[in-house]
Amino acid sequence: MPRDFLTGARDAYDVIVIGGGLGGLTCANLLGRSGHRVLLLEQHYKLGGLATWFKRPGGRIFDISLHGFPVGMIKSCRRYWTSEIADSIVPLRRIRFDNPMFSLTTTFDRVDFTRLLIDRFRLERAAVESFFERARGMRFYDDQSTTVGDLFESFFPGREDVVRLLMEPITYANGSTLEDPAIAYGIVFSNFMSKGVYIYEGGTDGLIARMGRELRRNGVDIRIRCPAERIVAEGRRVRGVVVRGRFIGARAVVSNASLHATLFRLLDRQQVDPAFLEEAESVRLNNSSTQVYMALKPEESIDESTGDLLFSSTARSFRTESLLGRDITSRTFSFYYPRTRPHAPPRHVIVSSTNARYEDWVGLPDDEYARRKRILMETTLDALDRYVPRARDRIEHVEAATPRTFERYTGHPSGTSFGTKFEGLKVSRGVPEQVRGLYHAGSVGIIMSGWLGAINYGVIVANEVENQLMAESRTRVPANDA
Amino acid sequence: MTAAEIREEILDILSDIAPDEDLSGLEDGVAFRDQLELDSMDFLDIVMELRKRHRIQIPEEDYGALASMASTVEYLTPRMKDMERA
Ligand SMILES: Cc1cc2nc3c(=O)[nH]c(=O)nc-3n(C[C@H](O)[C@H](O)[C@H](O)COP(=O)(O)OP(=O)(O)OC[C@H]3O[C@@H](n4cnc5c(N)ncnc54)[C@H](O)[C@@H]3O)c2cc1C
Repeated sequence: MPRDFLTGARDAYDVIVIGGGLGGLTCANLLGRSGHRVLLLEQHYKLGGLATWFKRPGGRIFDISLHGFPVGMIKSCRRYWTSEIADSIVPLRRIRFDNPMFSLTTTFDRVDFTRLLIDRFRLERAAVESFFERARGMRFYDDQSTTVGDLFESFFPGREDVVRLLMEPITYANGSTLEDPAIAYGIVFSNFMSKGVYIYEGGTDGLIARMGRELRRNGVDIRIRCPAERIVAEGRRVRGVVVRGRFIGARAVVSNASLHATLFRLLDRQQVDPAFLEEAESVRLNNSSTQVYMALKPEESIDESTGDLLFSSTARSFRTESLLGRDITSRTFSFYYPRTRPHAPPRHVIVSSTNARYEDWVGLPDDEYARRKRILMETTLDALDRYVPRARDRIEHVEAATPRTFERYTGHPSGTSFGTKFEGLKVSRGVPEQVRGLYHAGSVGIIMSGWLGAINYGVIVANEVENQLMAESRTRVPANDA
Repeated sequence: MTAAEIREEILDILSDIAPDEDLSGLEDGVAFRDQLELDSMDFLDIVMELRKRHRIQIPEEDYGALASMASTVEYLTPRMKDMERA
């Protein structure tokens, strides 16, 4: 008989969280910490969503999305998780750019970017300062008609090299292009490029293990291998979730599944205004990714001067669109030294990431798919040789992931790596107005994606759920504990 | 709680949220953002802390009332006047 992953689950909870990505985990943690009864459903066999890793024999561990996040993670982890987690966040030392326009190494903070833009790119200090101030002053409610391209053109007219320096990392971090609204760029840029890039010492597995322990401490009922099949709502009020054929009731449901899956797969269309559905249908998905994972032989090492994060490109000019094509000329290499996992066997690992289109990978016959994956691995090894001489001889394990891989493990339509484009945020925020008690807390709108964006979005939604639960308990039992 | 007690309470919350800031010279009439390094998550934390401590609900459309100490105290006074300070 198959194992019942819901053994012992209650028939009803205060809140059900669908999805154990960073947004869902954080939301569940805060609600559990406040004393609500929370059920967390994850369809995969481990928590973390895109914040994930995989292991191969010989002590090799590959991280999928541990390339770098902004300093704000420290504060968010301390407040919404534990200081133990916050204290494991460490800065990356060397961020490199190497392309036909420039080669440089930076600490990736405002001071260093200002220095580079003045000394290397020969810009006026005043222009650089005013650009940083403009980006920092951007707020979510500002005008959306100005594009990132317009913004650069007004500060640094004709300077494709400057655009490349300031944009390439953000394009990799969240798939945004020069056509996206400037405010999304400004908000991410100010977070990301002002105080350095950080990662988690101990690896993604270490982080997620700690989060799991904290969730249990806060009483969250965690169930893996439990895909939510349906969100049940009646009269525009959420009632619960069907999971593994069983109905479980809840006063609030938070979906960390993708926005599209939440609205079009999990929810009954009848529960939502047709105009809202139409708006949701027009929300564009962000791109997906390909990755190549490479492990050095145990006796081999990489010199730390190679850098931690390397934005490498052989393309003469910088076009955000061309970063998506199958003819790859630009890659981000993450170099992991033994210090990434101080308690594990010392291993050097390299992950190469590129943005990619789902359409370029879906629907291929098996042999063609396998052939393209091989080409992806071969061309990556070729490109790496420039930075890790004799890479082929020194690497003993190579494998690749494609948009199909990301789709398979998360259920995200088109294997989207960073949720939706900007307009998705409004739809995501509008879900509770359609169905009372239903919330969406997953990567949307460029600004609410990435590790930090997802965590913070989980907090924002937890706050709303708490307001709802408190308002309802007021109407039922008179508050006597003031 | 009196307006002065509410002010004390807000200072106490702020000192948790921004432990590295010196709050002694805070000017009540000037926006928090112009004196302290507060981001939008910090403001959300103030909202969540007020709910946790006093069961006060501040809807999103009212977040603007938390711009400065003076406007925060003015907003909270009618809502907290019947409460005892813990
Ligand atoms: C290749 C790659 C590299 C990246 N690099 C970085 C980086 O360096 N820094 C950074 O900050 N960010 C990075 N990101 C982005 C970051 O990983 C994501 O934005 C973030 O982890 C998303 O979190 P989330 O909460 O939106 O949910 P997700 O991680 O998308 O998780 C959603 C979860 O919901 C589950 N789920 C879906 N449907 C159901 C269902 N019906 N029932 C139950 N469970 C369900 C899924 O299995 C999944 O666990 C990267 C992403 C990719 C793909």
